[in-house]
Amino acid sequence: MKNTPVKSIVAIAIGAALFFVCGRFVAIPSPVPNTNISIQYGVLALFGAAFGPLVALLAGFIGHALIDFSYGWGIWWSWVIASAVAGLIMGLSKNRVKLATEKFDGKRIVTFNIYQIVANLLAWVVVAPVLDIAMYAEPANKVFVQGLWAAGGNIVTTAIVGTILCVAYSASKPKKDSLEKK
Amino acid sequence: MTNIFNYVDRKSPVHAMTGASKLVCLLLWSFGAMSSFDPRFLFALFVLALVLFKISKIRVADIRFMLWFTFVFCILNNLLIFLFSPMHGTEVYGACHEIFHIAGRYTVTQEQLLYHLNVFLKYAATIPIVLLFVTTTDPSEFASSLNRIGVNYKIAYSVALALRYIPDIQREYHDITLSLQARGVEMSKKASLGARLKTASGTLVPLILSSMDRIEVISNAMELRSFGKNKKRTWYRYRKFTAWDFGAMLLGLAVLVLSIVLTAFVNHSRYYNPFV
Repeated sequence: MKNTPVKSIVAIAIGAALFFVCGRFVAIPSPVPNTNISIQYGVLALFGAAFGPLVALLAGFIGHALIDFSYGWGIWWSWVIASAVAGLIMGLSKNRVKLATEKFDGKRIVTFNIYQIVANLLAWVVVAPVLDIAMYAEPANKVFVQGLWAAGGNIVTTAIVGTILCVAYSASKPKKDSLEKK
Repeated sequence: MTNIFNYVDRKSPVHAMTGASKLVCLLLWSFGAMSSFDPRFLFALFVLALVLFKISKIRVADIRFMLWFTFVFCILNNLLIFLFSPMHGTEVYGACHEIFHIAGRYTVTQEQLLYHLNVFLKYAATIPIVLLFVTTTDPSEFASSLNRIGVNYKIAYSVALALRYIPDIQREYHDITLSLQARGVEMSKKASLGARLKTASGTLVPLILSSMDRIEVISNAMELRSFGKNKKRTWYRYRKFTAWDFGAMLLGLAVLVLSIVLTAFVNHSRYYNPFV
């Protein structure tokens, strides 16, 4: 299934809206302040696997910026950009996972999760803390602990929520060779 | 439920400005405030933002909830900085004036207090302007503003669509939770964290599948209307710039330039350093 440009635009919009709703209203607070265990990265991983890197990048960026706007604590560009990076890398799994045409099981679940783990690690342990230091001059050990915590939480939640969502979405799509000639 | 972005509809010069000029001002202002650690400059920005608030006729009551949230966020952030690196100020300013000793490696120094003052003022200088933007800009005008400042209209349209569908998705999520609760699924704090995570994904599955259908429906409708055929598009909410708009953009530019001048020529670094 090839995405038309219009479909990508709508997917970005709906992805950002879902990211926003999940991040804003379904947040489960974690023991470390300023970070939530958030299920929106599961949604982002699904959109990455289904629509590719560009859609997930922009959905993450727009969704996260809107969340920051709605809380009124100012926009933390460092973390918004990290969300976009997470979406980008999760989206690279699209051609390997082939959610729309192939069955999502065994090997593909592992592939999907490897991508999301790399994406989360890079976003929260590298991009977010480094940008925090460069832009806001925050102490290094503080931002790296926050980053590690966020990465751990997001990897676990994406592994649970993202995988469940991908299984459900894949099951809803008719598969290649699903019709038999009698 | 519909007013999630806290837009307050009033008549004031700030409301009458176009979203585009306010967005430009917001971006320049926040980059200016972000790059400087000069408390005098940040305090001046804070006072200026309060003046703008006065002009915009936004009352404290309108934004009390967001202010409270931000305040807690700011306090936590400051506490966390001190907890993790009590000598960060000394590293930054290259001097150490001890005030008193708490325990172990925790010592209160003048440098650390100045650094915290800066972090605090950074919130005070940027948050009011973000709140001002949010409370005085109609979300539906926001997309056309993005396009106006050079963002590709297809991406601007994505933002508009996202804003349009957030309330719908929220309502749908609410309906699904209610129907799950009616069937006896425990979703309150009584359930354990793992159980809640599982029910949360259970709620998400129908939400995601219906959203995927929505994508098909919307994109078909847009394609039938030839969306994206031309390089440009017009906007229903488009308005011409007035003197106020140019004033706002100039103000933003002035903040950024002043911040750069302070960094490059006055303080010779991002920090105002009275210690060395």
